[in-house]
Amino acid sequence: MPRAQNSADTAPLATELARLEEIVRKLEAEDLELDEALRLFEEGVSRLRSARERLSAAELKVQAVLEEAGGDLRLADLDG
Amino acid sequence: MTASLPLTIPSTTDDVWSVSQLSASVKRLLEGHPMPLWVRGEVVQCKVWSSGHWYFTLRDKKTQVRCCLFGLNAARAGKPPADGTEVYVLGRPGLYEEKGEFQLVVSRILPTSAVGMKQQELERVKALLQQDGLFDPARKRRLPSYASTIALVTSRDGAAVHDVVTVTRKRWPCARLLVVAAKVQGEGAVEDLVRALRLVNRLPGVDLCIVGRGGGAREDLAAFNSEAVCRALAAVRVPTISAVGHEIDISLTDLVADVRAATPSAAAELAVADRRDVLRLIDDLSVRLASGLTGRTRLVAERLARAADRLHGRAEAALDLRRNQVERLAAQLEALSPLKVLGRGYAVPIAPDGRVLKRQAEFVRDERFQLRVVDGTIDARVES
Repeated sequence: MPRAQNSADTAPLATELARLEEIVRKLEAEDLELDEALRLFEEGVSRLRSARERLSAAELKVQAVLEEAGGDLRLADLDG
Repeated sequence: MTASLPLTIPSTTDDVWSVSQLSASVKRLLEGHPMPLWVRGEVVQCKVWSSGHWYFTLRDKKTQVRCCLFGLNAARAGKPPADGTEVYVLGRPGLYEEKGEFQLVVSRILPTSAVGMKQQELERVKALLQQDGLFDPARKRRLPSYASTIALVTSRDGAAVHDVVTVTRKRWPCARLLVVAAKVQGEGAVEDLVRALRLVNRLPGVDLCIVGRGGGAREDLAAFNSEAVCRALAAVRVPTISAVGHEIDISLTDLVADVRAATPSAAAELAVADRRDVLRLIDDLSVRLASGLTGRTRLVAERLARAADRLHGRAEAALDLRRNQVERLAAQLEALSPLKVLGRGYAVPIAPDGRVLKRQAEFVRDERFQLRVVDGTIDARVES
């Protein structure tokens, strides 16, 4: 079976952005302890960086799904 | 030969025309129509020549026109219609110059009864699917906001792959497109589309499925109206977009899919976000993260100042010097992170269990703790 590369290895972007939204809202809510605020800020910075990297670095991948005689699925890169 | 019919000037024997000139002019006039027309009539005297061409007459109650259907088109048309068959023909008016005969050069011929039967079959399948709730608006799933893996069920050689790739590459290049090739028209297309749609369910990590093809003639879209394909589409486990490129007709897969797109390009636009929009959203979150910390930073500075108050010995002396600065700077600390505050010389005392030590009572004589400074931590011990 082909492996899911974008979805299974890392959290989906939607989850990532939802978490960032949550972090920002918590920081804006002003009832946090210092250590919690620090932790959230650090998490936010690293998630923002990874979201940005994910959007900037990638190049569209086009693959053909091929079914082998035994029924197994195989992916082959297409030029697209 | 440049003469054209002098429709407004009286003709005289001085500017006499040859038959060829007349024919050529009439031909130009007749064949100036760029688009073929659908014409309905009754076929009589259809003759098939050894060349494979068909010649027949198309008539209605009052008039008739000679028609020809050349080899390749004739081969696609199947059996020649019997006399009296009602047909639709798609053709261009033309002139058969050698005989001076007006004719219709036909490219397609369809018995009206077959069209009627197709319509009836379509209505039957539609009613069945409707009865089973496949068009129910409540079934419609929302498309994912940021699809990362998209399955595309279409012909490997068709324009659809190219169109979807082009749009996706422009809008959302961080995606992955999995092309599941299937025959989309002709014999075996229904079975092949069903097989491909089932295969999508076996692909891990797919967020969205587009099924479709580029534009085609009405008959070429038949597979997308088949019951089996519609049911296989309804059984796809991820949200679906049907993109059967035909401006006028809606196919049944359009009604079954979660979303209908007019063309494969339009499907790709619906399937993926625009990276520029998402980058703007991320910029906005960055700004809010920083400004969210503004209030937090003030509190941090105040707490550090209080901690300094309560520390004794050398730590107090060192921190005491800075306390006034802290108070002065606290107001200016907008947009500065706690880490940057540490960079100005502050330290956060942290107990071995990770708690931040904020009050005098939390410091026990001889107990060890760590001071977090901007570039690391320092082991410390409470002396008094």
